[in-house]
Amino acid sequence: MGIQLSLSNESQRREVLATGHVVPEQARCVQCGICSFNCPLGIDVRRHAWLGEPIDDSHCLTCGECVRRCPRGVLSFERTELFKKGDE
Amino acid sequence: MTRYVIVGTGVTGVAAISTLRTLERSAEITVVGDDPHGFYSRPGLAYYLNDEIPEKQLTIFSKEDWKRLNIRYVRGFATHLNPQNHQLEIGSAGNLTYDRLLLATGSTAVPLNISGWNLQGVVKLDDFNDAHRIITLARRARTAIVVGGGIIAVELVEGLLARGLKVHYFLRGDRYWPNVLDEAESRLLEHRLADEGVILHFHTEAAEVLGKRGKVVGIRTTKGETIRCEIVAVGIGVKPRMELAKTAGLATERGILADETLQTSDPDIFAAGDVSQVHDPLSGQSFIDTLWHPARVKGKVAALNMTGRRSIYYRKVAVNVLRLAGVMTTIIGAVGSGVDDDIVSVARGSSETWHQLPHTITLESSTDVNHVRLMIGEQTLLGAMVMGEQKLSLPLQDIISPKMDITPVRHLLQPGAPLGQILMDFWSKIRM
Repeated sequence: MGIQLSLSNESQRREVLATGHVVPEQARCVQCGICSFNCPLGIDVRRHAWLGEPIDDSHCLTCGECVRRCPRGVLSFERTELFKKGDE
Repeated sequence: MTRYVIVGTGVTGVAAISTLRTLERSAEITVVGDDPHGFYSRPGLAYYLNDEIPEKQLTIFSKEDWKRLNIRYVRGFATHLNPQNHQLEIGSAGNLTYDRLLLATGSTAVPLNISGWNLQGVVKLDDFNDAHRIITLARRARTAIVVGGGIIAVELVEGLLARGLKVHYFLRGDRYWPNVLDEAESRLLEHRLADEGVILHFHTEAAEVLGKRGKVVGIRTTKGETIRCEIVAVGIGVKPRMELAKTAGLATERGILADETLQTSDPDIFAAGDVSQVHDPLSGQSFIDTLWHPARVKGKVAALNMTGRRSIYYRKVAVNVLRLAGVMTTIIGAVGSGVDDDIVSVARGSSETWHQLPHTITLESSTDVNHVRLMIGEQTLLGAMVMGEQKLSLPLQDIISPKMDITPVRHLLQPGAPLGQILMDFWSKIRM
C-alpha cells in the first residue's frame, strides 16, 4: 500500500513537472531577487514576477527551487493547458 | 511638450516613470533622487542583512532597462518647491521647471528621541547605506540591542543574530506587535525568537544610549538597568518625507494629502507611495500604506492622471506576506486594533487599515506552529492571519480582497470546525 501510494505520488509529481509552470502573484512580490539568485539555471525569475508573467522560459526545469525559497509566497506551480490529456 | 518631474527613485517613482514612458514616447521626463543606489528592493534589505542574498542581487533594473526608459536623471536632494512658478530647486544642481510633478519621496525612520541617539553604532534600516553600515559594525561588535516593533524590528533582530551577535530585544509592553497579532500569535513568535537565542525584555524602555569617544557602549533603561552593547538598532516606525510639500504650502496631515487620483492640493503636483495619505472614496477616510505593491500601483495611477488620463486609485485590501522569526506569515485586511507602544508612527511594511477592525467574530485554529485566524463579518471575511503552513494564504486573499459573499459557508465557520477544508472547498467552487 505504502509503495503504491509513493508511486502514485511520484507519478503525480512527474505529471505536474511535465505539464506545469511557475506563476507569480505579482501583488506579493517585493523584488528581493531570492528566486533569481537560487535558480540553478540562472533564469531571471524576478523579472517575470515584475512583469506578472508565468516563468515560460524554455530552460525552466520546474525544479521548484524558486517556489521553495521565496520568502513571500509569490510563486506557485500551475498546470498549463498546453498538454491537457486528450490532446495527445 | 509636457515636462514631467518625478522626485524619488523608489518603486513608486519607477512605476510612474515606466507608465509615463509607455504613454508618451517623446515626453521630457526628469527624475530626481538622493539615494546613491537608485532603484533596489528595499524590503529585500532584510535578506541582505541576514546574508541570504548578496548585495548586487537587490538591484532590480539593468543599465539597459534605464536606457530604454530614456529619462534625465538628476542625483541630488530637492531642497525647495515653488508651486507658483513650477520650479523645483535641487541644491547645487540648480532649478528644474515642471509642468507636472510627482512627489514620491517615501518615508524615513523615526530617530530614537533619547540622549545618545546620534552616537556611532545607533542604526536604522531605511536604505542600502544603513544595511552596509550595520554589516560593517557587526563585524566588530559582540552585542546588539534592538528597540521597536513591527516588521523592521524583528528583521533587525534576525539580521544581527545571523551576523553572529548576541541580541537583546526591548519591548515596551507585555508582548510583540499587539495591534496586529493576537496574544497567541505574539507568544508564538516570541518563543521562536527566544529559541534562536534572542533575549527578550518586556516592559523595558531605553532611557539613554551610553557612549564613549562617540561610540555606543551600552544602554541604560528607564528602570536604571545598564546593558553593554556596541550596536543599538532602532525600528520604531517611519514618517513620510514631506518637508518639501509642507514648505511649499501643500495640504498635509500624517502624509501629503492626495485625492483618489493622487492629486495634491495643487492641481499640477501629485503624491504617491509612502509619503502620501490617500483619500479612499469608499470609506471616505484617508490612509497611509507603507507596502511595496500599493506603492507601485499608486505610482502608476499618479502617472496616468499626470498625463490627463483620469484614473482612480481604489484601495485594495492590504496584504503582506513575510517571514517573521522564521514563521511564514500572511496578514490580510483588518486583523487588529488599538496601538502598539513600540511604534511611534507608522510601521514600515504595514497598512493603517490593519488596525481598523470593526466588531467581528473571531475564529482561530491552531496546530503546533500552524495557525489561522479569521475575522468574520456579516457576509464577508474582513481579515485573516495565516502563520506557518500557507496553503490557505492565497485562497483567503482571493476571498477577502474582492469582499466575496461567504453566506453559503458562514454558518459552517464554527469553533472546532475543519476551517481549512471548508475554506478550500469554498475557494475551489468560486474558482470554477
